[in-house]
Amino acid sequence: MNLLVIFFAAIFVNNFVLSKFLGICPFLGVSKKVETAAGMSLAVTFVMAMASAATYLVYNFILVKFNIPYLYNIAFILIIASLVQFIEMFIKKSSPTLYQALGVYLPLITTNCAVLGVTVSNMQDNYNFIESIVNGVGAALGFGLAIILFAGIRERIERNNILSAVKGFPIALISAGLMSIAFLGFSGLL
Amino acid sequence: MNPAKVLKNGILDDNPTFVQVIGMCPTLAVTTSAINGIGMGLSTTAVLICSNFVISLIRKFVPDQIRIPAFIVVIASFVTIVQMILKAFVPSLDKSLGLFIPLIVVNCIILARAEAFASKNNPLLSIFDGIGMGLGFTVALTAIGIVREFLGNGTVFGFGADLFEFLPKTLIMILAPGAFFTLAFLMIIINIIRKPKSK
Repeated sequence: MNLLVIFFAAIFVNNFVLSKFLGICPFLGVSKKVETAAGMSLAVTFVMAMASAATYLVYNFILVKFNIPYLYNIAFILIIASLVQFIEMFIKKSSPTLYQALGVYLPLITTNCAVLGVTVSNMQDNYNFIESIVNGVGAALGFGLAIILFAGIRERIERNNILSAVKGFPIALISAGLMSIAFLGFSGLL
Repeated sequence: MNPAKVLKNGILDDNPTFVQVIGMCPTLAVTTSAINGIGMGLSTTAVLICSNFVISLIRKFVPDQIRIPAFIVVIASFVTIVQMILKAFVPSLDKSLGLFIPLIVVNCIILARAEAFASKNNPLLSIFDGIGMGLGFTVALTAIGIVREFLGNGTVFGFGADLFEFLPKTLIMILAPGAFFTLAFLMIIINIIRKPKSK
């Protein structure tokens, strides 16, 4: 039950993009087409689940054990960077088609603050191993949901005639704001 | 390129928030009040100046293939130092910025300046670039913070609660959607002001 609450809270109520403002850069950067948005969210889900597990193990069995938990930030970002590198090499060997599809977005994930954000908040909320992974996957799915919906909206905006001063980022931000109001509706859910 | 020009470039011509549109996560998340905006802006500036300086010093020894991990470790170390200083001297700010202090590591502005400027220029210019970009970021965050705090809470920097009591408080400006709207409208205003110059 508790796991279900964490899972759905991470997707809807505490949506990483629209209510916690994590991962805004890829949200605005790679949301021009639904396909690329889907590719990005697939890669992020993969990395976030792996990173949640790996950082939990490193934090509890290395940093806490040697009494240096204050170095968590340096440790976590290195874990994420090497994980991304590792996953990139793995996908390249095992599935070249998936690698082609994800290609550009994989290295970008290192600087996606949603990934570091989920690992730090797992640590701050004292989640156990399973809870960390569930929270990671939920947060990633929430990110995917937001970015794919947003890409759909932006594809339609592209075809509309918009004032030149509002074109580009301002209109994208306004649509994101409206989506964010819609997601506020979930706040009473849990 | 002289230091003054690098400074002006960071604050006005290449403003990280309004012109380059990078480092959006902290921009939107912590600007619920003007004080938070300044706090986040100055913390990022401090990290940016130090990391630009160190990266510029080590730029000739770091092999090209591993420069990104090396830069990230330098940045993460300075972020940890800033986090400890904030926790020790301004615990209230540390509490309200919360998760976003460790997340300065992945602020695109810092890595972007390391990659685009500090790894190619001398330490002195890199420091000025850090100051300019940092102040540009701080100005943007403070502006957004002032608008949101005024509309949402009826205060400016926490003052004037009595003065603006007659104004309606629009709670949504402090919640998540307000951040998107405020940034969008500030960008529209800047676009309108900049238009005549570019023609």
